[in-house]
Amino acid sequence: MSGFRFLVNGAPAEVDVPGMRRLLDVLREDLGLTGTKEGCGEGECGACSVLLDGQVVDSCLVPICQVEGRIVRTVEGLSLAARERGSLDALQEAFLETGGAQCGICTPGMLMAALAYLDGGGTADGDAIREAIAGNLCRCTGYTKIVEAIAMVATPLA
Amino acid sequence: MPIRTVARPPEIADVIAGALVLAPGEVAAGRADAMPRRREGPAKLTGAAKYTDDLVFPGAWYGITIRSTEPHARLTGIELDPAVDWSKVVVVTAADIPGENIVSLISDDQPVLVPVGGEIQHVAEPVALLAAADRETLRRLKGHVKLLTKPLAPVFDAEASDHVFAHYEIATGDLQAGFADAHVVLEGEYRVGHQEQLYIEGQAMIAVPGEDGGVVIHGSLQCPYYVHKALKRALAITSVQARVIQEETGGGFGGKEEYPSMLALHAVLLALKCHRPVRMIYDRHEDIAATTKRHPAVVRHRTGISRDGRLVAQDIEVIMDGGAYSTLTPVVLSRGALHAGGPYRCPNVRIQARATRTNTPPNGAFRGFGAPQTEFAAEVHIDRLAERLGLSPAEVRARNVYRLGDATPTGQVLRESVAAEEVLRLAVETSGFERLRDETARDLGERQGSGTIPAGVLRTSATRTAIGVGLALGWHGAGFTGSGEVHLASVAAVELTGDGRIEILVAATEMGQGTKTILPQLVAAELGVPQDWVDLATPDTAHVPDSGPTVASRTAMVVGGLCIQAARRLKADVEGRNPGMPFHEAFRNDAQDHGPTRIEQAFEPYPGVEFDDATYRGDAYPVFGWAAAVATVEVDLDTAEVVVRDVLAVDDVGKVIHRVLCEGQVEGGTLQAVGYATIEEIKLENGRYLNDRLATYLIPTALDAPQIRTILVEAPFSGAPHGAKGVGELPMDVGAPAVVAAIHDAVGVWITELPATPERILAALARRDTGAVA
Repeated sequence: MSGFRFLVNGAPAEVDVPGMRRLLDVLREDLGLTGTKEGCGEGECGACSVLLDGQVVDSCLVPICQVEGRIVRTVEGLSLAARERGSLDALQEAFLETGGAQCGICTPGMLMAALAYLDGGGTADGDAIREAIAGNLCRCTGYTKIVEAIAMVATPLA
Repeated sequence: MPIRTVARPPEIADVIAGALVLAPGEVAAGRADAMPRRREGPAKLTGAAKYTDDLVFPGAWYGITIRSTEPHARLTGIELDPAVDWSKVVVVTAADIPGENIVSLISDDQPVLVPVGGEIQHVAEPVALLAAADRETLRRLKGHVKLLTKPLAPVFDAEASDHVFAHYEIATGDLQAGFADAHVVLEGEYRVGHQEQLYIEGQAMIAVPGEDGGVVIHGSLQCPYYVHKALKRALAITSVQARVIQEETGGGFGGKEEYPSMLALHAVLLALKCHRPVRMIYDRHEDIAATTKRHPAVVRHRTGISRDGRLVAQDIEVIMDGGAYSTLTPVVLSRGALHAGGPYRCPNVRIQARATRTNTPPNGAFRGFGAPQTEFAAEVHIDRLAERLGLSPAEVRARNVYRLGDATPTGQVLRESVAAEEVLRLAVETSGFERLRDETARDLGERQGSGTIPAGVLRTSATRTAIGVGLALGWHGAGFTGSGEVHLASVAAVELTGDGRIEILVAATEMGQGTKTILPQLVAAELGVPQDWVDLATPDTAHVPDSGPTVASRTAMVVGGLCIQAARRLKADVEGRNPGMPFHEAFRNDAQDHGPTRIEQAFEPYPGVEFDDATYRGDAYPVFGWAAAVATVEVDLDTAEVVVRDVLAVDDVGKVIHRVLCEGQVEGGTLQAVGYATIEEIKLENGRYLNDRLATYLIPTALDAPQIRTILVEAPFSGAPHGAKGVGELPMDVGAPAVVAAIHDAVGVWITELPATPERILAALARRDTGAVA
């Protein structure tokens, strides 16, 4: 056993758990951040997507020992400022407006993948958006409205 | 009968959205939020929404299932390895079941756990349960439970099985006379395999033992009262002792219709034995390996058609593979049989359908419920008839499609809301179907004419891929089949509480489709108040009446209708007590002065709708929804890989309550149908699913998904106060045949077995090129 320290949504976290414990379990069970979901546990569905130093990762495939000293962002940290105002940020608003979330179980991971795409300067190009969320399975929407939502807040096409 | 098309452009949609609200009179308040945002959307988007596995119950143990590894065997004993320490776990077997060892549903054939001395009927069948404080202990001990068995001969071929779960015959006219009049008689055999619902949230259930000997279930489920009934029976407890609460549910698609009863019982048996809450959360592998799938089917058509392209005889045989237990198979087969002819009039029909037992995991409910299987066959077959007659797929459909006043094979006269022709016309015209077909035919002709590379059938030095376009038309009976709704006798309630709140009480569940949004929307519009003044109670059997299961696309139509009727009565009561005041001004004071008013609305049979379950004659459904799809595919001429580029979906839902949610149903259903058509397949070996992981059972990603365009049509149903006919299942019926027709249009071969994999397409091309009959 040894402690692992990292930042989650801007706040320091320290957990004393085995190094091979999945980041997903640390978030959900040790830190109570249940917004991140498990869909398959083997890196296929993307429901557990979080940002690790700004990169999208499947938190079910990341052992906590690899998170030491790094920055984790989860759906709970998306729009912290907006949440304090009791509202949603533009990406969340866009999902709500277009109907990009149905059952909602893929939504947290989908939002994180979208966030990484948008932070990287992603445009409203539909094919590029589809590429960016190709690792995140959704069984409800047919993806049409998710792509629409991300395009709504992306850099407009020239 | 008015039929309206709900167009997509926002400026038009805004206008229509206003008109869609079922507001009586001119109450502005009810119109302000005509198309509300998804009610639980903000919670889902911030991670605050609690799904079952997100719930914390201090002191809860984890439960797991010990499953059979053989397809058919007698269980002679269960042995716990004496060399390991069992003191930190509880073990449950069939001997621990206090009531009947039955998962209560239609038939009483499925045990909660296989008893010693009983028969194991399929691989992954639950035999024993373990619970412990931590998952590591369970992982360690799981392999030390040994099942002693004597193997029995398994049956895997549904056609060869002599154990029949259900059979139906639907007949009308004179088949022999019909065939005698036919210009062309065409036979065809069509096969479809298993399909996994693949909700992204796996099955999840937590049981909390109560002090009264009862239990509270928190779970991911579609039908609280199905679970409630199963608990009472197997545990021998009362209605009050059994309490079922639906938590936020991450998709269902039918997969959480009947299986949650089994899982809840498992969790409860462990919880009662260890006297603490028990969590039963399936991982994806267990979920795919053990839970229900769409029924595989073989459908054979022998069809006669006249020289001018009119159907004169349909002889159809349907065989469905029920798997090891009957679950919902009799009803799935019934819906499959009733839809087997397709949405076409034909004077002489015989439909013979049977479902049998095989030693494979039970098949059950999945969006479409038997109809996607038989409508796939019907649609490919009518395309092949059109090809034989030299008619276009659109033309053969236009000549045969049901019109007002036509009769179905059960003798049901289609008295209203028949939008099949309109749906077909919109699909054909909007997609430019005939023009697209001319273009693809020209391309195909050019490729066949010159420069063909021998190894790649049809491949030329210039063209690596071929485009094709395909059309399918479908119908879907609204609500429960036959006398189902009458037997259900659903009840919904709307209450004005003593503290002046308006609350809807129903067992209808939200699983992503929009229940939590549309029911308050309907009631608010009826009462003339803003929709956020209307609360929706949590589906909790301790508080809500049994408004029936959330299945069969019945929530908007049936439960929505009951809510409107209840609201209408509530409004009349309140306005009656407060003369001259509209409800929205009167209700708060009314609650103070008169206390709570609770209106319960029971389902009343739709006038004039009658079905005889014994003879299969009459109105199989009160009304039908109609759907069409036009798919455009691109087929790689070297690899036969299919990319579905575009699907135009046209769906008549009776009444659009919420355009965005309704489109979401059509888009999602269409993609599930595209997956069914192209990549979703279960392979079996000795009764076990070989690809029982998400790494091997593939569903479409955003890159696999076509552009989906939706046109919503409204041909209202007079039996529902708002006219709605349901939407969820409609798109599932037409996507697959449209894709297969498009593949044919691209490369000239018919794929008669789903999914249309590259292997099957290449094999069909090879057969054609060697002159064999496809």
